Amino acid sequence: MAFTKILTQLAGGMWVSIQIFLVTLIFSLPLGLLVSFGRMSKNRVIEAIVKFYISVMRGTPLMLQLMVVYFGPYYLFGVKVGNGYRLWAAFIGFVINYAAYFAEIYRSGIQSMPAGQYEAAKLLGYSKNQTFFRIIFPQVVKRILPSVTNEVITLVKDTSLAFTISVLEMFAVAKALASSQTSLIPFVAAGLFYYVFNLVVAMLMEYIEKRMNYYQ
Amino acid sequence: MHVLEMNHVEKSFNEQNVLRDISLSVKEGEILSVIGPSGSGKSTLLRCATMLEQMDKGELFYLGEKAAWNGNDGTTVYAKKEKLKEIQKNYGLVFQNFNLFPHMTVLNNIIDAPIHVQKRSREDAVKEAKELLQKMGLADKADAYPCQLSGGQCQRVAIARALALNPKILFFDEPTSALDPELTGEVLKVIKSLADLHIAMVIVTHEMAFARDISDRVIFMAEGVIVEEGTPDEVFASNNVRTQNFLGRYGDIL
Ligand SMILES: Nc1ncnc2c1ncn2[C@@H]1O[C@H](COP(=O)(O)OP(=O)(O)OP(=O)(O)O)[C@@H](O)[C@H]1O
Ligand SMILES: [Mg+2]
Repeated sequence: MAFTKILTQLAGGMWVSIQIFLVTLIFSLPLGLLVSFGRMSKNRVIEAIVKFYISVMRGTPLMLQLMVVYFGPYYLFGVKVGNGYRLWAAFIGFVINYAAYFAEIYRSGIQSMPAGQYEAAKLLGYSKNQTFFRIIFPQVVKRILPSVTNEVITLVKDTSLAFTISVLEMFAVAKALASSQTSLIPFVAAGLFYYVFNLVVAMLMEYIEKRMNYYQ
Repeated sequence: MHVLEMNHVEKSFNEQNVLRDISLSVKEGEILSVIGPSGSGKSTLLRCATMLEQMDKGELFYLGEKAAWNGNDGTTVYAKKEKLKEIQKNYGLVFQNFNLFPHMTVLNNIIDAPIHVQKRSREDAVKEAKELLQKMGLADKADAYPCQLSGGQCQRVAIARALALNPKILFFDEPTSALDPELTGEVLKVIKSLADLHIAMVIVTHEMAFARDISDRVIFMAEGVIVEEGTPDEVFASNNVRTQNFLGRYGDIL
């Protein structure tokens, strides 16, 4: 079978992978910021809960988390979920997992900010919100960009884990094709897809990092 | 009326009494220098005055408005948040290490607070910022980032940033001690040029000749107390042994 034909057959899977990737980033980046606030909260209860959440997300396999999100509603609450829930379960699982990782990245960035920046802002009369969004956050973004890049590249490869809950993303499709045609070519194509995807991501992140280089 | 009044201020860090019964006041337009050995509590005094640090005991007034006073249990109580925000508008602080915002251009460092805190029009803020930069000798640096400037230029931007909010009193915490000696002069010159703006200034400094030239009044602090206070002539010709010992170290400059 021609390589291009395989690619067409894989296209649907690619689109699902890209969807998981985009949805995860769009939601987990802001959610992670919120989680990092909880992690740094002065309220001990909130801090403890968020700390526990982060440790579970980081301390257990994403594959397992996806299964909990997908099968949980039925086994825990007896709610029957339709087939359409698969992709949603993948979205939810990825978002809450990545939010935890991003939260820790935000936290390290925020805590690395020198106290002098807060003090200068306070003396100039900035409110807490203004201080964060005008002074602190823009600098944090620059500081954490390399760690975020690492995480985003991992995410590209992680999207393949959605196959554990039978989401027909790229990897699942390739696997099915490979066994029906007893050929390794679908896997080669899949590998190529992840590689090119990551190449594009890396180039994009490099571009953003360059854009941030207007100051030291 | 006094722009700043501090009465019987006490502050300790882990059992160490850093400020012990400090009282001082600053009149409108007055220039006060604070000198003293390292660790005597000068920075802590400025940090208490600017409310970056909370006092343990004592009173703090700006233009007669109560920012802090002693409560029933004898420890300091601060005014409500909104009140403090009002009071805070009266003063600015120039830090030893500038604390400019590195992600903003020089111009934005200066106009950001006027626009977003004071809600002034951008046009107005830019116009004033350009005038200030002119005054600081930095007219051509408006679009530069702080990392592209020398320490002395950074400090002048920091001064412009503080002035842009039109404070009644400006505090300086060793504005030149992070600078190479050859850059010290340009910053001191700029501070001197502010004297005719009629803004009160409290300057913590190790530049004795500068303190003597510019000040209306000098305070000599040691170990958390004000040892001596007076006109530059009085303090620099003091018979007090501690003052003499301290100033002796700067003997050849004076
Ligand atoms: N946040 C803090 N926590 C604990 N101790 C502190 C703190 N800030 C200051 N101190 C201590 O208080 C004392 C006075 O410090 P301060 O910085 O006010 O002195 P200074 O007169 O400004 O000295 P220098 O001329 O070196 O700047 C020092 O012994 C210092 O170690
Ligand atoms: Mg100091």
